[in-house]
Amino acid sequence: MSNEVLKRCPQCQKDVQVGEHKICPYCNYHLPLTVAERLALFADEGSFKEMSSGMRSMNPISLAGYEEKLKENQKKSSLSDAVTIGRCTIGGKPVVVGIMSFAFMGGSMGSVVGEKITQAMVEGALTGDPVVLFTASGGARMQEGIFSLMQMAKTASTAALLEETRTPLFLVLTNPTTGGVTASFAMLGDVILAEPGAIIGFAGPRVIEGTIGEKLPEGFQRSEFQLEKGFIDSIVERKKLKETLSFLIETHTRRA
Amino acid sequence: MADEKKQVLQETVEHMESMLSNNQKFEAKSSWDCVLLSRQSGRPGAKAFISMICDQFMELHGDRSYGDDPAMIGGIGTVEGRAITFIGNRKGANFRENVSCNYGMSNPEGYRKALRLAKQAEKFGRPVVCFIDTPGAYPGLGSEERGIGQAIAQNLKVFSTLKTPVLCFIIGEGGSGGALGIGIGDKLYMLENAVYSVITPEGFASILLRDPSKAKEAAEAMKMTSHHLKEFGVIHDIIEEKSPEETARLIKETIIRDLDNLCSKPPEHLVRYRLKKIRGIGEVSGGKEWWQPLLEVFAKTQSFR
Repeated sequence: MSNEVLKRCPQCQKDVQVGEHKICPYCNYHLPLTVAERLALFADEGSFKEMSSGMRSMNPISLAGYEEKLKENQKKSSLSDAVTIGRCTIGGKPVVVGIMSFAFMGGSMGSVVGEKITQAMVEGALTGDPVVLFTASGGARMQEGIFSLMQMAKTASTAALLEETRTPLFLVLTNPTTGGVTASFAMLGDVILAEPGAIIGFAGPRVIEGTIGEKLPEGFQRSEFQLEKGFIDSIVERKKLKETLSFLIETHTRRA
Repeated sequence: MADEKKQVLQETVEHMESMLSNNQKFEAKSSWDCVLLSRQSGRPGAKAFISMICDQFMELHGDRSYGDDPAMIGGIGTVEGRAITFIGNRKGANFRENVSCNYGMSNPEGYRKALRLAKQAEKFGRPVVCFIDTPGAYPGLGSEERGIGQAIAQNLKVFSTLKTPVLCFIIGEGGSGGALGIGIGDKLYMLENAVYSVITPEGFASILLRDPSKAKEAAEAMKMTSHHLKEFGVIHDIIEEKSPEETARLIKETIIRDLDNLCSKPPEHLVRYRLKKIRGIGEVSGGKEWWQPLLEVFAKTQSFR
């Protein structure tokens, strides 16, 4: 975990020393975390084992430039795609985790993201271990056309199967969670948590402003707004994440 | 020489005539042509098809929690003695209706009404037929406040495991999540000039091509016509478009044929098939086999083993 790095806060534009949790001390903006930084917040040290790390996107609608775009993003982010899945333990309890990365093509959901999220849920259904998913996404990956839209159906239908197998599904929504991810698995958790100040919604703020022809009210679509409107269960500080997940896992783990 | 000229002219005319008559067929249409046709005013909408297909139809209103969305029509119809729940996006047949129906863009209460009617149909073992024709869900303040994302997500989850036959027909615009929200079923059909895409060509052009005027190029690149989607295996079949009455007759025949087949199967089998079909969509390399794990999950459930 990076300590005390000097960064410019994207929200208040001040140069700040962001501590180990990468939070702006002036405006409480939660800077994006890498997968390793995210894991360090809640997973037992060294417990993470990645699953399906070899999976790569294809170009299902043969769109010019998509393959280059993927390569460029892989190079820039050192990630293979916009989600990383695997198994880890939290306070000794096994869980399946999926962590989305906005840094990779805006966290967009194409076939790889849809397939990995689905695999994580299936792994949970087969082992009985809770599934914890961290979202960060601008929505469906347009470059994959209709195949990206169908990933919404795939992830949501697998969430339906988790009902049948009584597998706990916990969501942690991080900034931003919008579009096709919101309109599918992100809103289907048994418990839905969010980081403070995260943008959570279906249509992006600019699209809505275009529709209504005016600026959105302050705080619209933020976690606090979604809590007030009843769409998330709780807002959780990064320093409380491990404790909160441990409680949920403890209270949902099946006993023989 | 004059005869030869006359013959060439005759052949040219015949060739052009054959081209013209071929042009009436759908093969020659561009993706953009389909986009325009799918949006054309005067094109029959869900309400028109419902009234042409049903002997009787009773509209049912409201989501039982907030309101009634005119952009989503729903109710119970009879088709040659069968009771069927119909759900459809509604754009309205004239300007006045367009406005009251919000041009077919539903708010959350529309999706929740659809969900309520689908669950009601399941309770009574009644099949569901959905007519999709929307530019997308409504991107407005109230829509967001009342959780449009959650409403669509819930529909995807419930429709994918609904224990009654569901047939979906894209009859015009199949716009993104708003279309998918009533678009999961055992069979998915498209009218030949309908389109189905993750975003409008205008949106694709302004975001990915960085030029909103390139919607036409975007439409081609997105592969959003009925022919593309059949090739991708996303839809089961294409329904030819003729006069509205003829098209309605073809849809009705499809409904009767499919329901004869699907209604005889145990609902759990339908759901298993539906889940497998959805599970298989996507193109990845280096992915592992998904079939066996899914069957193992089915084996762990009460309903689908």
